[in-house]
Amino acid sequence: MAKQHTAVLGVGQTKYQSTRGDVSMAGLVREAALRALVDAGLEWADVDAVVIGKAPDFFEGVMMPELYLADALGCVGKPILRVHTAGSVGGSTALVAASLIQGGIHRRVLTLGFEKQSESNATWALSLPQPFSVSINAGAGGYFSPIIRQYMARSGAPELIGCMVAFKDRQHALRNPYAHLHQHDLTFDQVVEAPMLWDPIRYSETCPSSDGACAMVLGDEAAGDAASGPVAWVHGTAMRSEANNFPGRDEVSPQASRDCAADVFRQAGISDPRAEIDVVEMYVPFSWYEPMWLESIGFAERDAGWRMVEEGATNLDGGDLPVNCSGGVLSSNPIGASGMIRFAEAALQVRGMAGDHQVDGARRALGHAYGGGAQYFAMWVVGADKP
Amino acid sequence: MREVAVVATALHQVPALTDTTEVQLMVPLLNAAREAVGLTQADIGFTCSGSSDFLAGQAFSFVQTLDAVGAFPPISESHVEMDGAFALYEAWVKLQIGEVDTALVFSYGKSSPGSLRDVLALQLDPYFLAPLWPPAEAIAALQARLLLEVGIVGAEELAEIAVRSQRNAVGNPNAVRSSREVTVADLMAEAPIADPLRPSDLAAESDGGCAVVLAAGDRARELCDRPAWIRGIDHRIDAHGLGTRDLTLAPSAALAASLACTAAGLEVDSLDLAELHSPTTSQEAILVRAFGLGGSTEVNPSGGALAGNTLMAAGLMRIAEAAGRIIDGRADRALAHATSGPCLQQNLVCVMAGD
Repeated sequence: MAKQHTAVLGVGQTKYQSTRGDVSMAGLVREAALRALVDAGLEWADVDAVVIGKAPDFFEGVMMPELYLADALGCVGKPILRVHTAGSVGGSTALVAASLIQGGIHRRVLTLGFEKQSESNATWALSLPQPFSVSINAGAGGYFSPIIRQYMARSGAPELIGCMVAFKDRQHALRNPYAHLHQHDLTFDQVVEAPMLWDPIRYSETCPSSDGACAMVLGDEAAGDAASGPVAWVHGTAMRSEANNFPGRDEVSPQASRDCAADVFRQAGISDPRAEIDVVEMYVPFSWYEPMWLESIGFAERDAGWRMVEEGATNLDGGDLPVNCSGGVLSSNPIGASGMIRFAEAALQVRGMAGDHQVDGARRALGHAYGGGAQYFAMWVVGADKP
Repeated sequence: MREVAVVATALHQVPALTDTTEVQLMVPLLNAAREAVGLTQADIGFTCSGSSDFLAGQAFSFVQTLDAVGAFPPISESHVEMDGAFALYEAWVKLQIGEVDTALVFSYGKSSPGSLRDVLALQLDPYFLAPLWPPAEAIAALQARLLLEVGIVGAEELAEIAVRSQRNAVGNPNAVRSSREVTVADLMAEAPIADPLRPSDLAAESDGGCAVVLAAGDRARELCDRPAWIRGIDHRIDAHGLGTRDLTLAPSAALAASLACTAAGLEVDSLDLAELHSPTTSQEAILVRAFGLGGSTEVNPSGGALAGNTLMAAGLMRIAEAAGRIIDGRADRALAHATSGPCLQQNLVCVMAGD
C-alpha cells in the first residue's frame, strides 16, 4: 500500500495559563480533545486510536500518565501510544499520529500534547542529581545562551534583534485568545530594559511556564474529502535526531535541523521556501532562535536571518513570511504541547481558521519543533490543497 | 499490509547492572543486532526506542542513550515512554508507509538503583491512588485474590506456572531466576508477601536491554535466511481504574490477540509457542485464558518475564525471544506479548511466522 494522504480534520486548544487549578490532568486533556472533535464534527466513537505526547514525566510527577488518561481520552478498547522526544515531542507526536494514517493502519486518529507544569516543579525535575555526571543546574536558558552568543558573533547581528522578536511575538499573542501572555501595555523599551537572566537572554526574551493541552484529529483521504469544513492536508513530514556532544558539531545550525527541513520541503515539492511558504509556526523558546532557525531551515542565507527580523519580514502585519502569529512559544509554553501547538496553528492558518491572527490567503504553512540540546527536530508542511 | 520481519535480535538481562550506564549497556547490544545482519547505522531507515525517565531518575534520560546509537550523521528517530514492544510497533508502522526498508528498535531499563514497587505506585491515578503509595505486589494481589475467590484459578496452578517458568529458564543466559529442581510443594510452602502471592509468583526484577532489527520484504530476505515475519500486531488498552474493570479478565489483551491472529490468518492452536509478559503467575493465568492458549503451544519457553522482568524492555524481549526461535528454526509460528500498567491494563500482541 502506498503512502496515504493525511488531513487535519480538527484542532482543539485549552487556554494556556500558569495554573489550571480548576481541572485535573484528565480534565485538561479532555477539554482540548473534545474541542478538536467538535471542530472535526466527529464523536469519540469515530476515533480509531490515540497518540499522546508530553515532556518528562517528572514535570507532573506521574509515571507514564497516559495509562491514567486512557479513560478520559475515550480510548478504552483502543490503541494508545505515548511519545516522548524532548521539547520536540508535540511535533513528533503529531507525526507518529500521521504515520498511522500514512501507513494505512487507521482512518481517524486523535493526537494530543499536554503539560500541567503547575502539578510539579520543572526546575526540580531538570535538576535531579545523577551518578556518573556533574549537574550544571543551568536550566535551558543557561544551556542555550552560549549558543546564541556564538550566533551573534558569527552573524554580526545587532544586540536588540532578540528583543524585536520577543516584542513581535507578544504583540501577536494579543490576537490569540488561547495565548498565555496578554501583555497589552508592553512597550519595546520594557522588553529591552527587562532583567538579564542568562546573558544575552533577558527575562522578556524567554518563554513562560504554562499549563495547557492541544489536540488534533487527523484523518485519511476519504475523511478529509468528507469533512464539511476546510481541512489542512499534510504535504510533508520529517523527524531527525543527532548526538549532543562531539567535536565540530554546529550547535547554532545543527545538521539534523538542516536535514529535517530539506527532507520536509523535498516531500512538499518546495524549492524556494521563502517564496512558497506563507506562514511559519516555529519553536522559539528564546527570542534569538527565530533568526537562527530562519537560517537553518532555509528561509534566509547563513548569517542573514536577523535581517528578516530587522526588516519586519516575520511580522503578521506587513511581513512576507509571518512567523508565530499565535504568539509562539514565547507567549505560551505548556512544554509537551508546545510543538503540537505549532503544528496545529500551521493547520489553522491554511484552513483559514486562525481568527484575528490569520494570514490572509495562507495556502501552505510550516510547523516546526525542536528539543534536547537542539538535537531533536520535527517538521511538517500543511496546505489548503490536497497534494 | 507490507511484509515486515524481525531479522536480528540481541538481549542482555541480569539482576542488577551496578557499574554500567544505559549507554554502556546498549552499545554492545545495538552493535550485535546490526552486525548480525551486516548493517551499520547508516543502513538503518528508522530508529525507535522505549524507556522511562522514572527508572533513570532523570528527565530526558533517553537523550543520553542516543549516544549509544551513533546518531551522526543525523538519523530519522523517535522515542516512546513505553516498553520497547511499542517502539517496535511504531517502527512497524513506519515500515508500512514504504519509504524505508529497515528499522532499529531498542529499549532498556535499570530498576535496581531504586525501589520498583514504589516507582510503580507513581503509575497510578495521581489524585486518588498514587498518594496512598500502594506497592505493586499489593495491587497485583487484589487481582490474584479475585481469581482464586471466583474459582477461575487454584493456588496450585499459580505454583505450577512458577515451576514451569523456572524449569524453562534453565539454560537461558538472560534468565535471572531458574531452577531444575524446584517443586510445586516447595513454592506452596513459601510465605506470601502479598496474600495470595508468594515470592515465586512475582516476576524476578532485573536490569537489561534489548535491540531488534526489522526489515521489509525482499530486504528482509536478503538479510536473513529465515526472517520472523510479523503477520499480525495490535495493541489495546483497558480503563485505568481498578474498580471500573473486571480484574479477572484482560479484555484489551484478548482483543489485541484476536485482531493480531486474524490479521495473521492463524488459529491460536496453530502456534508453536507464546512468550508472555506476565509480571505475576496470576496474570499469566489470565493471559493464557484470554488468548485461548493450550494444546501444543508451549508457553514461555525462555522462562518468560517471570524469569526476569526488566521494566520497559520485558515486552520487546518477549518479541526477541519468540522471533529468535523462528529465525533459528526451532519454531514456525509464535505469539509474543507485552503489557504495561497495573493489572494488565495495556497489552500488545505480535504474531510471527517463519513462512
